Amino acid sequence: MEAIEYTTPKTLAEAVQAMADKGDRARALAGGTDLLVQLRGGRRSADLIVDVKDVPELNQISYDAQDGLTIGAAAPCYQIYQDPAVAANYPGLVDSASLIGSIQIQGRASLGGNLCNSAPSADAIPVMIALGAVANIAGPNGTRQVAVEDFCTGPGRNVLESGEVLVSVTMPAPQANSGASYLRFIPRNEMDIAVAGVGSSVVLDASGQNFVSARISLASVAPTPVFCREAGASLSGKAVSDEAVEAAAQLAMADAVPINDMRGTVRQRIHLVGVLTRRTLNIAIQRARGEE
Amino acid sequence: MTSNIVLSEVEYNVVGKRHLRPDGVDKVTGRAQYGADIRLAGLLAGKVLRSPHAHARIKSIDTTAAAAGPGVHAVVTAGDLPFAALTREELGGDYQRLKFANNHVLAADKVLFKGHPVAAVAAESQHLAEEAVKLIRVEYEVLPPAMTVREAMEPDAPLLHDDLYTSELGQLSERPSNIAAHMAFATGDVELGLTQADLVVEREYQTASVHQGYIEPHNATAFWNADGQLNIWCSTQGPFVVRTNVADILRHPVSRVKVTPMEIGGGFGGKITAYLEPIAALLSQKSGRPVKLLMSRTEVFEASGPAPGTWMKVKLGVTREGRITAADITLAFEAGAYPGSPVMQGAACALACYDVPNGRINGYDVVVNKPKTAAYRAPGSPQAAFAVESVIDEICEELGLDPVEFRLRNAAKEGVRRVEGPVYRRVGLVECLEAARNHDHYRTPLEGENRGRGVAAGFWFNRGFQSSVNLTVNPDGTVNLIEGSVDIGGSRATIAQQAAETLGIAYDEVKPTVVDTDSIGYTMVTGGSRTTFATGWAAIEAAEDVKRQLVERAAKIWDTPIEDVEYADGVLSHKSDPELRMTFKELARQLLGTGGGVTGVSNVDPAGEGNSFGVHIVDLEVDPDTGKVTILRYTAVQDAGKAVHPSYVEGQMQGGVVQGIGWALNEEYFFNDQGQMMNSSFLDYRMPTALDLPMIDTVIVEVANPGHPYGVRGVGEVPIVPPLPAIGSAISHAIGSRMRRLPVTPGAILEAL
Ligand SMILES: Cc1cc2nc3c(=O)[nH]c(=O)nc-3n(C[C@H](O)[C@H](O)[C@H](O)COP(=O)(O)OP(=O)(O)OC[C@H]3O[C@@H](n4cnc5c(N)ncnc54)[C@H](O)[C@@H]3O)c2cc1C
Repeated sequence: MEAIEYTTPKTLAEAVQAMADKGDRARALAGGTDLLVQLRGGRRSADLIVDVKDVPELNQISYDAQDGLTIGAAAPCYQIYQDPAVAANYPGLVDSASLIGSIQIQGRASLGGNLCNSAPSADAIPVMIALGAVANIAGPNGTRQVAVEDFCTGPGRNVLESGEVLVSVTMPAPQANSGASYLRFIPRNEMDIAVAGVGSSVVLDASGQNFVSARISLASVAPTPVFCREAGASLSGKAVSDEAVEAAAQLAMADAVPINDMRGTVRQRIHLVGVLTRRTLNIAIQRARGEE
Repeated sequence: MTSNIVLSEVEYNVVGKRHLRPDGVDKVTGRAQYGADIRLAGLLAGKVLRSPHAHARIKSIDTTAAAAGPGVHAVVTAGDLPFAALTREELGGDYQRLKFANNHVLAADKVLFKGHPVAAVAAESQHLAEEAVKLIRVEYEVLPPAMTVREAMEPDAPLLHDDLYTSELGQLSERPSNIAAHMAFATGDVELGLTQADLVVEREYQTASVHQGYIEPHNATAFWNADGQLNIWCSTQGPFVVRTNVADILRHPVSRVKVTPMEIGGGFGGKITAYLEPIAALLSQKSGRPVKLLMSRTEVFEASGPAPGTWMKVKLGVTREGRITAADITLAFEAGAYPGSPVMQGAACALACYDVPNGRINGYDVVVNKPKTAAYRAPGSPQAAFAVESVIDEICEELGLDPVEFRLRNAAKEGVRRVEGPVYRRVGLVECLEAARNHDHYRTPLEGENRGRGVAAGFWFNRGFQSSVNLTVNPDGTVNLIEGSVDIGGSRATIAQQAAETLGIAYDEVKPTVVDTDSIGYTMVTGGSRTTFATGWAAIEAAEDVKRQLVERAAKIWDTPIEDVEYADGVLSHKSDPELRMTFKELARQLLGTGGGVTGVSNVDPAGEGNSFGVHIVDLEVDPDTGKVTILRYTAVQDAGKAVHPSYVEGQMQGGVVQGIGWALNEEYFFNDQGQMMNSSFLDYRMPTALDLPMIDTVIVEVANPGHPYGVRGVGEVPIVPPLPAIGSAISHAIGSRMRRLPVTPGAILEAL
C-alpha cells in the first residue's frame, strides 16, 4: 500500500467535485470496513480517498408515512437499528443492519458502503431489494435514481459512473399488513460471510390470510444479489399456506446459480436458499400479521 | 447450570489460591511491550518474498532491481546463508538435517509450499520494503503438488525431496519417498487378543490441517553488531530454542546470540520454530542496521506451522463385558514440507487412557506440499483420540454400555504399562471419570430432538525438561524471581506462588521477571504443559537454596552452629533458644551488613512425567435443515495434580475446549487444486467466536503428582484432546450417522442427512 491523499468534503457538491476530479482513482469512504481492508490487502488501489461522513445528505435518517424512509449512504448500522421509526416500520432492515459484522463493525459500516461494495454476499442488499428500495445518486451531470435490484452489475461492480456518489437509499412507507425479514446462513454466529442469504417481504390482505404481493431476493448465490421476480409474483393473490411458501421457495432455488468454494458448495447453497426462503417468508408473514 | 469446581486434597498458604497476575496492569492498560512495539535507532523494515506455488523448482532469482530500489539496504536469498558455502563432505551425517532447516528458512532449489520464503528485503520503511519485494524476479518451473497424506504415500506421488528415504525401524528405504519415517510400538499379542474379543470394530478417520490461531502474528527484530554480537527480540515460547536455531542456521556461536523474548500474544506450540529470526539477522548483518520483520495474518496461516492433517485406522477388540482385548492402529500424519510431524506422540497417546494388554501402533511421518507442521497443544494426541475414542463410542453403542462405565472398566491407573513402555505412577483418570459420572451434567438426561451427547477422555505426558530460576532477596524482604520461561498462561504468577510457598512469604512479596538468554540459565520452551511444573520446581529449588543461605546467615549472626537453626513458615529460629528468632523480613534487612546479599539459584531437569487426563461431556443440537451445530452444554473434568492457580487452570481448560470445538466443527485449511490456501484470514478460517460458545464448566480434580513437591501436573495440553471425539460422537448421536472426518461442517452434516 502506498501513500494516498485524503479529503473530507463538507457538502455534496464538494464531494462530487472531488470524486469527478480524480475519476477512477478516487474512492468514497464511508465506514471504511470494506475499503480500508481492501486497500491494505492490495485488492484495490486509489490515489484519493473522499471521506463522505461530513456530508449532511449522506448521514441523514428520515422517515415519514408518506415518503417512506431515506437513509444517508454513510449512516452507520447502529444508528439505523437504533432509530425508533426504522425499528417500528422496517424490522426486516433491522435484521440486516444488526447482523453485519459485529458490534464494532456496526459502529462504522453503512448501507451505502454495503451497496457500493457490491459483494454478492452483501447482507443489506437483499432486504433493500425486497423492500423496493431506490438508490439516489449524484454526479457531475446531476442526480438520478436506480432501483436497488438494478444497482449491482457484477462482483464488486455497479452502475455508478466515474465521479458519481451514492447519496442515499429510499424505501417506500410500509403498506398495511406488510412485513419483511432477512436471514443468512453462516456456520458460526457472527463474523462470517453468508453461505446464502434471503430477504423476503410480503403484503397480506386485511384478513391476513392471503398474499397481496411479495418480493424475494438472494445473497451469495450468483455474481450479484438476485431479485427473484417469479418467486415473489407466484404468491400474489394466493392464500397463505405451506404449499404456497414451498412453491415460492422452489422458484427461488431455481434462480440461484452459485459456485463451489471454501464457504460452501453449489448443492448446499441451493438447498439453503430453499430453507431460508421458507423461514424468511414465514417470519415476514408473522410480522405482517402483527404476531411478532 | 453449575459452574467451576475444585476438588482439592491438600491446602497450602499460597499455592492453590487465586492471586492477581503480576503482568495484569501492563496488559489491560496496553503498556505491555510486544515484538511489534520495538523501536530502535536506525531500524529498517523488512519484507519476505514468498512462493505463490505449492511445489516448484526455482530456476532463477534476480534481485538486482530490488537491491537498487529506493531506500533499500539489503536483499537476501538462500545464497546468503552460510549453508550455501558448506559442502556435504564437511557436514557429513548432519548434512540433511541442516539442509532442511536452512531450506525451510529460505528456499534454495525448490519451493515446497505456498508461502515458502524465497527472498527478503530490508528498506527504510514498510512501504518501500513492500515495493522492493515486488521487483524481485523469480522464475519457477511449477510442479504438481502432493497435498494429502494418502496422496503423498502413493508410489507415483510427486516427490518433494529427491534425497529423502524412509527411515523404517532403523533401515533406510531403497528409493526416495515422501514417507520420511515409519515407526511402531507394540505390546502383547494382537492376533491372540483379537481372537479373545466378542466384538471387533475397525474404522478409518481423517482430520484436516488446522492452525493454532494465536492472536499475535510472528515478529522478529535483529541487530547484528559490527563485533559479531547478534541481538534478537521476538515473540517466542522458547528464547533458548530460538538461540539454538539461529546459531545453528547462521553457524554463529551460541554465546554471540542473545534472544530477548517480548510479551507473547499466544503460541499454543506454534511459536517455537524460528521463522523470521534468521532472516532478520541476515538482513541486519548485510545492512549493518537493526531490521524488524512482521508477518501478516495470511503469512501466519501460509508459512508458520499448522497441526497436521491425518489419516488413521483403528481396530479394537472388546469382550461383551466391555474389556479391551486388543488394539491395532495405523496413524499417517502430514509433516508438511519437511519431516517431523508429531505422529510419534500421537502413537504414544492413542491408547494412553486404557489398560490394553495387546496393542500395536504403526505411525507414518509423511511430507506434503503444505507448511511444515508445528506443535499445537498436545501435538498428535487430539487426532489420535478422535479415532480411538470414536471407535470406543461405537462399541459402547453396539454393546449398550455406558461410555463412562466402559472407560472406568479399562482405565489406565498406577502400575499400568503404556503400549510404548512407561509404567504409570499414581494418575487421576479414574477420579476424573468418577467426577464426570457424578456431575449434574451427566446425571441430567438430554432431551429434545436432533440433540446428542458425547463423552471422551484424553491424555498428555507432561514431561519436565530444563528450567532455571534465580531468586535474590531484597533489603525490604521481598524477592526478585528471575526466570527464562515466557509467560503465556499466567506462569509468572504460578511460579512466584511456588517460590512464596517454599519461602513461607506472601505472594506479592515475590516479583517475577522474564529475562533474555544472557541473563538466566537454560530454560526449555513454555509448552508441553511443562512450565508451572518444571520452572515451578526450579523456583522451589532456588527457594530452598535461599533458605539454606539464610539459615547459614542466621547461624553466623547468632554465632551458633547451622544445625541449631530452623526455617519454617518464613521465620528463622534457634531450636533451643526461644529468644533467637527472626522473620524473613528482619533478616533480609540485615543481609548487606552481615556478609552481603543472598541469591538462590537452581538449574533443574525433572525426570519422569506428570501425566494428566481429562474427561469431557458435551451436549449439542443439530439444525437438520442447515446442518448447523449449536453447543448447548459443555463440561470439562481434568486432573491438575495441584491447581497452583485455579483460575488459570480453568482458563486453560476452557481455552483448550474452545480450540477443540473449532477443530471439530469448522476449522480447516482449504486448498484449491493447485495447493494454494484459499482461506488464510480469520474471516474464512472459521475459529469459534464468543457467540458460538456456551459457558464451559470445569471440574478440577486434584490427584497429587508424586513426582512434584506440590503435586503439580501440567494442564495446558489435555483439554484440547477430548473435544474432537466428544463432539464427533455427539453429532453422530444427534443425526444417527457416524461422522469420521473432521471438521464436521454444516455441509458435511447436510450430505450425511
Ligand atoms: C470484520 C468484518 C465483518 C464484516 N461482516 C459483514 C457481514 O456480516 N455482512 C456484510 O454484508 N458485510 C460485512 N462486512 C463488510 C462491510 O462491513 C460491509 O459491506 C459494510 O456495509 C460496508 O460499509 P462501509 O460504510 O464500511 O463501506 P466502505 O468500506 O466505506 O465502502 C465500501 C465501498 O463502497 C464505496 N462507497 C462507500 N460509500 C460510497 C458512496 N456514498 N458513494 C459511492 N461509493 C461509496 C467505497 O469506495 C468502497 O468501495 C464485514 C467487514 C468486516 C471488516
